[in-house]
Amino acid sequence: MTDAALATTPSTRSTWERLRSNRDWLGFWFMTPAAGILLLFLAYPLGLGVWLSFTDAKIGRSGSFIGIENYDWLSDDKIFWGAVAFTIGYTVFASIVKFALGLYLALLLNKNLPFKALLRSIVLIPYIVPTVLSAIAFWWIYDSQFSIISWALIKLGLIDRNINFLGDPWNARWCLIVANIWRGVPFVAITLLAGLQTVSPSLYEAATIDGASRWQNFRFVTYPLLTPIIAVVMTFSVLFTFTDFQLIWAMTRGGPVNATHLMATLSYQRAILGGNLGEGAAIATAMIPFLLAAIMFSWFGLQKRKWQQGGDND
Amino acid sequence: MTDASELSRTLAKANLADASEGMSYLETLPQRVVTTWIPLTLILIVLLFPFYWMVLTAIKPDEQLIDMNTYNPFWVVSPTLKHINKLLFETRYPLWLWNTMYVSVLATFVSLIASVMAAYAIVRLRFRGAQLTGGLIFLAYLVPPSILFIPLATIVQAYGLFDSPMALVLVYPTILIPFSTWLLMGYFKTIPYELEECALIDGATRLQILTRIILPLAVPGLISAGIFSLTLCWNEFIYALTFITSVQNKTVPVAIVNEFVDGDIYRWGSLMAGALVGSLPLVILYSFFVEYYVSAMTGAVKE
Repeated sequence: MTDAALATTPSTRSTWERLRSNRDWLGFWFMTPAAGILLLFLAYPLGLGVWLSFTDAKIGRSGSFIGIENYDWLSDDKIFWGAVAFTIGYTVFASIVKFALGLYLALLLNKNLPFKALLRSIVLIPYIVPTVLSAIAFWWIYDSQFSIISWALIKLGLIDRNINFLGDPWNARWCLIVANIWRGVPFVAITLLAGLQTVSPSLYEAATIDGASRWQNFRFVTYPLLTPIIAVVMTFSVLFTFTDFQLIWAMTRGGPVNATHLMATLSYQRAILGGNLGEGAAIATAMIPFLLAAIMFSWFGLQKRKWQQGGDND
Repeated sequence: MTDASELSRTLAKANLADASEGMSYLETLPQRVVTTWIPLTLILIVLLFPFYWMVLTAIKPDEQLIDMNTYNPFWVVSPTLKHINKLLFETRYPLWLWNTMYVSVLATFVSLIASVMAAYAIVRLRFRGAQLTGGLIFLAYLVPPSILFIPLATIVQAYGLFDSPMALVLVYPTILIPFSTWLLMGYFKTIPYELEECALIDGATRLQILTRIILPLAVPGLISAGIFSLTLCWNEFIYALTFITSVQNKTVPVAIVNEFVDGDIYRWGSLMAGALVGSLPLVILYSFFVEYYVSAMTGAVKE
């Protein structure tokens, strides 16, 4: 302790002095900008959204409390249940394929390749380009008259007329899932690659000397070391797929005949275009239980890290 | 000491793994071609094809776009800048690009300041409840815009910010702050305490320590957080779509979806030119800062 510190004992400190140097108060001041923004534009709207779902608010008119009427109404709404079903199917299917392809790509990129850094940066490009803009490119690729896919398949003699990609409900659903996978694979691959690069090559050498096959190397060395990172990456992937909006809105806007509505696009249509804020908020609120499930999953994924990766990685 | 950061640690590990050949010598050349190069090439073609198609369409003359029998659609003869020209001089595209840019830069700036302070407080001041605050910020990261845009629309309306780019500048930080704070916390943790203790003894205030000692050491982290935030803003769609209604205030993604989509059979050229020009700034930025992007992406997931 220096003399200066002894001179200002707590009793002689002014309030101003305390506000400036006390750890807790300093922490409070430093947190203010971030906490202010997050409380005002994240926590408050989250609560307000739940409240709105119990009201009959319309655009330009604050509603009054109507209990669970919105939910009651939605429970008989075929379009709503269609959107829930498609949201779940879209998420499950796209996430599984993204995981499988992403892991495969990460394993490929983790090999001893020339131009590794360059390859890695190329792989990430679909993730960098704004989703809406690449969705527009997919929209053009899926065009009903001038689709390059139809053209190529016709030339190869596999089909004899253009495929109606986005005009038919099931075609449209699959097309959107493919576009989502295309956009999501780079993220999964690059984050898993970062995880793979921390696995020491000597572990594989040791396992191989012990007679492990290629598959056993993956199953008993790579996979256990990678589980924590897989859990986190997949939680993010599931979360963002489940709440997707851009891709659908840029390509089909929920059509044809509401076949490709996700819960997010349906709530936008009902709340902003239709003006029924309460009903839209109810649809958005209905997504929360699913998100909570994903967050719990992430939490337990994070819990595992410490003992699996040792103390080195905090 | 300046390199005592998460980034360099990750890179060091990566280089280590790169440098050693591992067991790749066990594979013969044909094996490598079949198990590595063929699948890798296929995946890369699929990943890059939409961009090739975007570029090709943007420079194709109209008659080649719709006549797929006389011209090979996979190539272009006598490319034209007509679409890009039309985009830049006959539409409000430059204005939309400018809107996107300034909203992104301002929102990134605001959230960087807020995140630096928050991350420093959580990691280094360790005030009562710091751990809990860190956890809450991570939770905030997991709240998606899709469930917030409806109540936010009413809030923005109530504050009189509807149809104003300022609404976006205020709302985008809710996406950026949780992410940047989390990333910066990782960087700050790697800076030794002793430096701060020395400065405290020499009479520096906490703010001086932050600006003179911590920030210069955390520059890689700031760059990572900054450019990744820019990308997120540029990419944002649902808030911009909901809060902005007049044509001159739109951002590129919203304007492309709403303003270019008419029934015109020849719209594809300018649409693709718009998508191309809107993506280029990010791709160029990305090409300069690849490592920072990767560390931003993986850092936020790892911590």
